[in-house]
Amino acid sequence: MKTILTIAGTVIGMSLMASAAHAGPTLDTIKKNDYVRCGVNTGLGGFSIPNSGGQWVGLDVDMCRAFAAAALGDANKVKFVPLSSEQRFTALQSGEIDVLSRNTTWTITREGELGALFGPVTYYDGQGFMVNKKLGVKSAKELNGATICVQPGTTTELNLSDYFHGNNMQFTPVVIDSLAQVNAAFFSGRCDVYTDDASALTAVRAAAPNSADYEILPERISKEPLAPAVRQGDDEWFDIVRWSIFATLQAEEWGITSQNVDTFKDTKNPDIQRFLGVTAGIGKPLHLDDKWAVNIVKQVGNYSEIYERNLGAKTPLKLDRGLNALWNKGGLMYAPPAR
Amino acid sequence: MTNSQSRAIATAQTSGFSLYDPRVRGLAYQVLVICLIVGGAWYLISNALANLARQSIATGFDFLSRAASFDIAQHLISYSSASSYLRAYEVGLLNTLLVAAVGIVLATVLGTAVGILRLSGNWLVSRLAAIYVEVTRNLPLLLQLFFWYDVITVTLPGPREALSPLPGVFLSNRGFMLPVPADGPALLAVAVAFLVAVALSVGVDIWARRRQYATGQQFPVAWAATVLIAGIPILAWLAIGAPTAMDMPSLVGFGFQGGITMSPEFVTILLGLVFYTAAFIAEVVRAGILAVSWGQSEAALALGLRRGQILRLIVVPQAFRVIVPQLTSEFLNLTKNSSLAVAVGYPDLVSIANTTINQTGQAIEGISIIMAVYLTISLLVSAFMNWFNKRVALKER
Amino acid sequence: MPSEFQAPANVTLRPPVASLGPLGWLRANLFNSWPNTILTLLAVWLIVRVVPPVFNWAILDAVTGQQSAAACRAPGAGACWSFLSEKWRFILFGLYPPDQHWRPALVVLLIVTMLIVSCDRRLWGWALAAIWLTGLAVVFLLMAGGIFGLPYVDDTRWGGLPLTLIISVVGMVLGFPIAVALALGRRSELPVVRALCIGFIELVRGVPLISVLFMASVMIPLFLPRDVTIDKLLRAEVGYALFFSAYLAEAIRGGLQAIPRGQYEAADSLGLTYWQKTSKIILPQALKLVIAPMVNNFIGQFKDTSLVIIIGIFDLMMTAKTALSDPAWLGFYKEAYLFIAVIYFGFCFFMSRYSLWLERHLHRGQRR
Repeated sequence: MKTILTIAGTVIGMSLMASAAHAGPTLDTIKKNDYVRCGVNTGLGGFSIPNSGGQWVGLDVDMCRAFAAAALGDANKVKFVPLSSEQRFTALQSGEIDVLSRNTTWTITREGELGALFGPVTYYDGQGFMVNKKLGVKSAKELNGATICVQPGTTTELNLSDYFHGNNMQFTPVVIDSLAQVNAAFFSGRCDVYTDDASALTAVRAAAPNSADYEILPERISKEPLAPAVRQGDDEWFDIVRWSIFATLQAEEWGITSQNVDTFKDTKNPDIQRFLGVTAGIGKPLHLDDKWAVNIVKQVGNYSEIYERNLGAKTPLKLDRGLNALWNKGGLMYAPPAR
Repeated sequence: MTNSQSRAIATAQTSGFSLYDPRVRGLAYQVLVICLIVGGAWYLISNALANLARQSIATGFDFLSRAASFDIAQHLISYSSASSYLRAYEVGLLNTLLVAAVGIVLATVLGTAVGILRLSGNWLVSRLAAIYVEVTRNLPLLLQLFFWYDVITVTLPGPREALSPLPGVFLSNRGFMLPVPADGPALLAVAVAFLVAVALSVGVDIWARRRQYATGQQFPVAWAATVLIAGIPILAWLAIGAPTAMDMPSLVGFGFQGGITMSPEFVTILLGLVFYTAAFIAEVVRAGILAVSWGQSEAALALGLRRGQILRLIVVPQAFRVIVPQLTSEFLNLTKNSSLAVAVGYPDLVSIANTTINQTGQAIEGISIIMAVYLTISLLVSAFMNWFNKRVALKER
Repeated sequence: MPSEFQAPANVTLRPPVASLGPLGWLRANLFNSWPNTILTLLAVWLIVRVVPPVFNWAILDAVTGQQSAAACRAPGAGACWSFLSEKWRFILFGLYPPDQHWRPALVVLLIVTMLIVSCDRRLWGWALAAIWLTGLAVVFLLMAGGIFGLPYVDDTRWGGLPLTLIISVVGMVLGFPIAVALALGRRSELPVVRALCIGFIELVRGVPLISVLFMASVMIPLFLPRDVTIDKLLRAEVGYALFFSAYLAEAIRGGLQAIPRGQYEAADSLGLTYWQKTSKIILPQALKLVIAPMVNNFIGQFKDTSLVIIIGIFDLMMTAKTALSDPAWLGFYKEAYLFIAVIYFGFCFFMSRYSLWLERHLHRGQRR
């Protein structure tokens, strides 16, 4: 009996030690795997959704590709892990994914209590309301007593509650955990109002059977900076995520696109020369080679290309750049100098 | 015991301690199993604690007393977004219990009816019943829930064009609105009178039975019960002045006010659960009735019993013995399936727990609560149905 | 006088019109009593109310061919089969690379073949186990690739019908031995083992599947050491198999209880050990008794694979829902759900018919 106990103890002890032995920074894991594990939404048009051919497309998805292009030199070396909203932080905490790029709002509790660290904002959103024009409502302040469709488990639900209580109004929430289902509920008239991030509302409206009947109210009741998140305590990988996003913005600022990037090789601008790795220096701070920014621009494109491809005028979503325009065009997108 | 002889032999051959003694080996196996389980649990828990501590993730059930700050559409007890998470869980639990209780009653009624219709001599009706049973049993419940949600939200008109099959009753994609008597105390009095009448009927039944055993005389219990159950509440209603005022639902602003409202989500999960479970119950009932051999009915006919009496006194009591244990598991399935409410937006326990996990990030605690609650409900329902089963089971002497 | 009536000798009288032929059938089966007549009329009314609109929607007003979503959104348009022409491959195979779709298609074919082969009673026994293990190995090779020149496909890209089938049959293959062990453990003479088995079975049977799936997807990663992650699909699969093993164990226990005491005693008196007795005498008889309940169990299990959408795994239900979230094709849920409903129904109906057939045949064998 004693032997059995000892054996059991040893087995357990050994497995404990074996697991404690290898703990390393995320970049090592990525290089070992030879792919970036990226947590994405299971299906949100414009941000992350599989197309008819089974390819992941969207803004969040392209950001993942940019991280892979920077870290591994190949934008295709991404393993997309679709996550429900309940799973996303656990997946990040447990090391199942390397980066969470899943239309996630950057908040203080998520950084403080969930062990996440958010990179630069990839999309500035704000929560709004959509109503049927037949209701004759012109402002969110007139929505007292309304039935409101909302998707659960997000900041959306909390903002909604805060806004109505703050304005001393009543409402009935209809909380449905699926985009297709919540859309159907709204268009059938189950709800008077549909609340979500304005980008999502625009997308939903664009796909309405008769989109002219619906109107998005002017109020934005919250700030929704959507940003990718990594685990805390791994600055090396965090820097790569952060500067990959900045690189797409910087490329747009200089007008460098995936099409014309090669023509910039002979540029006289020393900043651009360094950015493109023509002269050395941009790789060393991130422990990458000097070509990482070129790889992003060439394989994924600059921010404008990513935006237009997934959200812009040629897509069913037809979203204006708005706050997401570059800082010199009236938006908030700003990349610090890469020097 | 089957092993007792071999054991005796083994002990006789190897007196004292030996690995070949089945008792010693049994003990060793059990100790090994305990060690593995305890060791495994300790290993996992220590991992979890280390992981949570390292990433500074909160643990424990402290969050239950914090303000939930989200709203819940259907709450049977008072609730606002300023209430605590614990209160939110209570609201969710009550919603789960409500849909499970109503669902069990309706599914039993519908299932029994369909089970009998399947045995009907009417060709068309028995075929339709069979189609219904086959289709619902062979499709995932989740798909059926989506279907019902569609039927209710898309097929029914908006609140301003609501169907009104009876005055004060409105069917729309905002739910089913029913009028309720406006006079609260009167309603209570009638309800109490109803309960009294039911209790009296049970008393009459027991008395009639005793009398029949003692004297052989029969008493028309069914008639007496009908009179009591219908009469006493009406008398009570008349006694307090026959108030007729009703709280009628009416269209105000965006929707209806007054009366009681069954939300589309509630109706959806209820319809889905009822139609799905009723198909299974129909099969159970059918099998139960078929299990009573035809000879029983023939013997009863030969004794001169009437059709109704045969069904009531011979077939149903025997069929019940087959039906009740299976019915128990169908009831439990319905209760557990009510957890799919989250897919159609009914704020049940799982849906509330989901939201909570999302906001607090405390998955372990949230899932533990879900599991503990369902386990308790299941054990209670099983205990009750076992008690009931003992009552209807064959009493062998 | 009636007695004076004489039928012509060489003429055979036809029975009354109302008791033979279609009319007679109608009278006997539909209108033989007042309640039945009312029921029949109600049923006819129901059919008239439901069938023509559905027919119009699905056939007459339907939009077919490679048309855009706009054509389907035109007023008066019925079913949008164009949506399915666009999306059927995605719904069936999910994220799998389109140029490799023949592999999941082959996998579906293989699993269906194995299911059909399993219906043959001559193969029941170790042969069947061998067929399934080999078959599943081939399934995994085909799906994952990486050898024989097949490009590697990560399991995060598996999806649709093959994934639904894989989750369900692997759940069965993993769950079956666990279930046998649990059922035997529940009847064990060792109190600790018995208590653990009862505890596990009752615990699992007392909670909903989605809570087990949540646990597998959200809780388990937190219980594993840092940097040790178990694949999401595998976690779900294990949770799923454990869940169904508890139900299966109860079905098997029913069979174990039905074995007469004499069988145990005879085996003991022959001096067989516990394992010999169990594997050669008890289990073969017990399992044969519970095959029909096990098939029914499997049907329930197959339907419940749809719940994995709650943890973001791309099974058939999830691919349909994702196809519905495409901004260009929002709103054609009737068509999508009908499409997958037909698939689910096909599998379940086939299995439930088989279970009925089996019950009748096995019963016949038992009758003396």
